[in-house]
Amino acid sequence: MPVKVTAQRSAAAGGSRLSLDVLFRKFTGAIALLVTLSLAGILIALTRESWPALHRFGWHFLISTAWDPVSDNYGALVFIVGTVVSSVIALLLAIPVSFGIALFISEMAPRWLREPVSAAVELLAAIPSIIYGMWGLLVFAPWFGNLEPWINDHLGAIPWLGALFQGPPMGIGMLAAGIVLGVMIIPFIAAIMRDVFLVTPQALKESAYAMGATTWEVARYVILPYTRTAVTGGIFLGLGRALGETMAVTFIIGNANNLSASLLMPGSSIASVIANEFTEATTHLYKSALLALGLILFVITFVVLVLAKLLLLRLDRMEGRRA
Amino acid sequence: MLTPVKSRLAALAVASMFSLGAAQAAQITGAGSTWVYPLVAKWSEAYAKETGIQVNYQGIGSGGGIAQIKAGTVAFGASDMPLTPEELAQSDLIQFPTAIAGEDLVYNLPGIKAGELILSGPVVAEIYLGKIKQWNDPAIAKLNPGLKLPDMAITTVHRADGSGTTFTFANYLSKVSPEWKEKIGANTSLAWPVGVGGKGNAGVASYVQRIKGSIGYVEYAYILESKLDYARMYNRDGKLVSPSLKGFQDAASHVDFTKARDFYVILTDQPGPGTWPISGCTWQILSKKAPKATNESVTTFFLWGFDKGQSMAESIAFGPLPPTTVDAIKAYWKTNLGI
Repeated sequence: MPVKVTAQRSAAAGGSRLSLDVLFRKFTGAIALLVTLSLAGILIALTRESWPALHRFGWHFLISTAWDPVSDNYGALVFIVGTVVSSVIALLLAIPVSFGIALFISEMAPRWLREPVSAAVELLAAIPSIIYGMWGLLVFAPWFGNLEPWINDHLGAIPWLGALFQGPPMGIGMLAAGIVLGVMIIPFIAAIMRDVFLVTPQALKESAYAMGATTWEVARYVILPYTRTAVTGGIFLGLGRALGETMAVTFIIGNANNLSASLLMPGSSIASVIANEFTEATTHLYKSALLALGLILFVITFVVLVLAKLLLLRLDRMEGRRA
Repeated sequence: MLTPVKSRLAALAVASMFSLGAAQAAQITGAGSTWVYPLVAKWSEAYAKETGIQVNYQGIGSGGGIAQIKAGTVAFGASDMPLTPEELAQSDLIQFPTAIAGEDLVYNLPGIKAGELILSGPVVAEIYLGKIKQWNDPAIAKLNPGLKLPDMAITTVHRADGSGTTFTFANYLSKVSPEWKEKIGANTSLAWPVGVGGKGNAGVASYVQRIKGSIGYVEYAYILESKLDYARMYNRDGKLVSPSLKGFQDAASHVDFTKARDFYVILTDQPGPGTWPISGCTWQILSKKAPKATNESVTTFFLWGFDKGQSMAESIAFGPLPPTTVDAIKAYWKTNLGI
């Protein structure tokens, strides 16, 4: 802010237009640099604070399922699995639903319905995550608990996969958390998909329709290839949000620091265990282990971003080869 | 160049900074345990009305409270878990208890009302170890001869967040069950072998109300507030007791604080016929390195609370310290702080 004020004052004092431009450029440059610096700062601080735990447990920290504050023995595997599994469930739910919403708004909805539905989707994105958590715990979980005996009897009976769907009907757990997360990220993915679907050139779509393509064929062979980059970006944005979501997950995941095969059993995610235990973490190593979890989440998010970039590059190259 | 208006504004800003400094002199800052937060908040409100001195307490958690008092950024820190005398000596700290609270087990069993279920420490330990899995287990049935216990799986509910409530609960189970002591131990968070975790007392209570056949532990204040189905317990003397402020205080009155170094006593499983077995308390931690005036303002505040804040404490289900304990604290202040 002070920089801006000086800029205005110097302009008022008769400074040339050029110097104002230079100042503005420096100002924006400084802001951009600040973001990079804070990112580096966070990374350095996280690494330094988590060093005692990483040094003590080494690579075992990543593959150990122990989490015992009493004997100061910590491992991250339970939370890594919880974070990844709940986010994957969320994506499995959110991608098809978002695609349907976006396609409906951009291609099929009558014009008068387009705006209200769009607004409703955007409004969903504005709800604070703690509200989703409370809704999940007080409304969704009891309802889901009634559904779980059915899941036990039908999905649980499938050989192999069945083990994923067996457990007491509590309504809370990994699957419930994944579903609530999915609902939370739908508006993000749907909004981006809708925006890019709408900018697909009308001429392309109409040519396809003229050749007798159905709506599905237009979506599959015209819209999706054209908007692939942005759609992938939107999905990864949703994934990023799901990975780091804290409050909603804490409310509904069940917060059991154990690994279990079933998705109906309670679990824990990195963000939820940090939120739960950080305030009362009294020993040095305990705090350090929690911060090391934070570092791991940082790395997971980073890896996801890199994978997204690589995927997009690969897609572009394939496209180039085809052309 | 400053215009006259601006320089006047600047002067005003400087003046207000000084007056802020003056206001801070009549302010005591503390941080730590969320368990004791309602009590300190209530006391400080009344204390400010009477003396004009503000006590600014932030419930940031015991871990944070200990860190802050070690760093010297607050006048007192509060912890639900006492520090060992060695740890205190290492950082030049002292600690004393504030008030006594208790917790109890609550359950969701069709047809069994509040106070009807009877439990004992060893049985609770077996339940939370996952060794007693059914409500109609012979061990529970033996304690409840008149009760028709359902053939239902037990789901244990515990605190997901690090909490003094968990520490007190686990400390009690460590005293009554050798297996618990060896396998699990006591801390603000534990490696629970079974069960689900709810956030806060509210989270535990809501899971218990939701899941049929569940059992959880919550603070007594919360049982009163939410009208939960609570259990009665056999205490160390083998007497059957219900949770009550009187029971919590009895736990403290049987402790000889003059013998316990730095009040390092945990009030669980204390003797006495009326003693409630899962009683706990919160400690205030002061730094010996702090200016004497600062420490004196803190001790004056707590002395006022011990003296005049008793009914306030009782109104939010905290048991006031027995007079013998308060005397021991005064003597402790004299030896360690010269106050």
